[in-house]
Order: sequence, then C-alpha cells, then structure tokens
Amino acid sequence: MVRANIYVTLKQGVLDPQGETVRSALESLGFKGVREVRMGKFLVITLNGMDVKQAEAQIDEMCRRLLANPVIEDYAFELATVPESKAETA
Amino acid sequence: MKFGILVFPGSWSHQDFSWVLKDVLGYEAFYIWHKEADLKGADCIILPGGFSYGDYLRAGAIARFSPAMQAVAEFALKGGLVLGSCNGFQILCEAGLLPGALLRNRSLQYRCQWVHLRVESELSPFVVGLQGRVLRMPISHGEGRYYADRETLQALHQHGQVIFRYAEVDGTISQEANPNGSVMNIAGVCNRWGNVLGLMPHPERAAERILGTEDGRLLFEAAVQSLIRA
Repeated sequence: MVRANIYVTLKQGVLDPQGETVRSALESLGFKGVREVRMGKFLVITLNGMDVKQAEAQIDEMCRRLLANPVIEDYAFELATVPESKAETA
Repeated sequence: MKFGILVFPGSWSHQDFSWVLKDVLGYEAFYIWHKEADLKGADCIILPGGFSYGDYLRAGAIARFSPAMQAVAEFALKGGLVLGSCNGFQILCEAGLLPGALLRNRSLQYRCQWVHLRVESELSPFVVGLQGRVLRMPISHGEGRYYADRETLQALHQHGQVIFRYAEVDGTISQEANPNGSVMNIAGVCNRWGNVLGLMPHPERAAERILGTEDGRLLFEAAVQSLIRA
C-alpha cells in the first residue's frame, strides 16, 4: 500500500494570525531568531490497491478538489510504499 | 414567492430564516435537506449560518459536495437568486459560486456583536434601492475574514461586486469598524451577475423591531420586488 504525507499551507501573502501568535509565544519563552511561523495542516492518507504512480494522481486530485482551497492554500505531498502490517498498526 | 432554505447537519440559522420569511413577512418558505437534489420549485434559495459538517477541514468545504448544493449550483448558473449568510457565505465561496475565501478572524476570537454595513453597489437584486444606505445587523462567527488576491479584488470593484463593507454608524470605512480583519472591510460580495450574494452578517436576526432593527428584511423585500418585476 501507499502512504501519502500531505502538507497544506497558507499561500504567501495570506495573513496567518495563528502563526503570528505562536511566533510571539516562542519569543516570550526566550527563543531567539524566530522570524516567522506559518501554520498549516498535515494529513496522512493510506491508499490500497495501487502503485505509487497511480497514488500520485489520486492524491493530487484529492488536494485540488477538497483538501486545499486554491484561493488561499498551497499543497505538497510525498509518497512512500509501506508494508501491509505496518500500515495497520500505525 | 417561494424561499427554499437549505439545512445541513450543523446548520443553526434555518429556523430564524423560516420565522422571518414566513411568520414576519408572510412569504412561502420551506426547508431543503442537504441530501435532496430537488429544490422544489423555490424562487430563491437561502444558505443559512451554522457549522455545516462541523466546519471540518475548512468551513463550508464539505457542504458544497452535497446533492442539494449541486442543485443550487445549477440553479445559480441559470440566474436563480441565492443568498448565503455566515456559513452560507463560506459554502458559496468554497463551491466557487462566489470569489474569495473566508479565514480565521484576525483576532483569533469568535465575534458576536452588532455591526454597520455600508451598501456599496446595487448589482445584486437583494440590494436594489439600498446603495449608500448603512444597515445594522449582527455578526456571529470565528471565520469571517474575507480574502481575495489583488487581481480578484480589482475585478470585484470594477464590476460592482463588493456589496457590503463594515463601516461606522455614519458610513465611514475604518479599521475600528472591521470586526475580523477582512480585506478592505468587505462583509459581502456577489457574483458577476448579481444573483448570488453572500455576507457574513445575519439579516434574519435583524428583521423585527423587537430585536432592535428591521434592516435585514430590506434584503428579502428587495429580492421579492425583483422577482415580481421579472
């Protein structure tokens, strides 16, 4: 089976008040040099019955149609083949 | 004049719309469950506020795939009147029936308060005769920060698609009057033809004197007038 790690992030230029709040919290904890924090979503999707190439097309369509909103978000993903047993216990 | 009010799991303003349209204004109104693909001959479709499908993923992201929304998209393409308020506005943007998107409030806080809206354009039948008026309505949302990119904003202004902007009581547009950080204080926009209108405020909660204002009913009355003229 194929596992996809999907990252959905706000486009550059879209204000991210959550990220800014986290940045200022890190600053008040004493962490230095944190210039910017951008928050996003991380999804893990496990697919059955297809190879990596087929999975790539599927995941890309999922991102375009549902998982990301192209008006405000960008997406990226990475794919890996995983053995059945490992996938079930994960 | 028949209003069809969509109901999703998690809608919360449908009964307020029904009350105002039927009991206060005397029009015919009925509910359309999200699984129904038949709009039952409605002349105007209402997408109410709430938290459809729990706002999972993004507000309005899942609701747009329901059978009822597929029917609404066809209805809108044929010029049918569609009004989305609050979550209804979010759904219309997610469905691509309106430009832009709605993001977490800049304050990160849920905002439940009265606002004033300046009517910027009469492109939509819901606001014919109201240009320049300042209307008072409540908002109640956590994700109402309107966003569109620069090119989209230019096109919206050029075509008169920006319908409502958050304003002071005298109509002045200011940062203080902007409750959620919306770009250019935008509170509501319509599509290119004006038949689909979305706004974050709640006209259905501002349509009776006992609630402090009847401004909300102006939108419904304008829509009815436009259908009578048509």
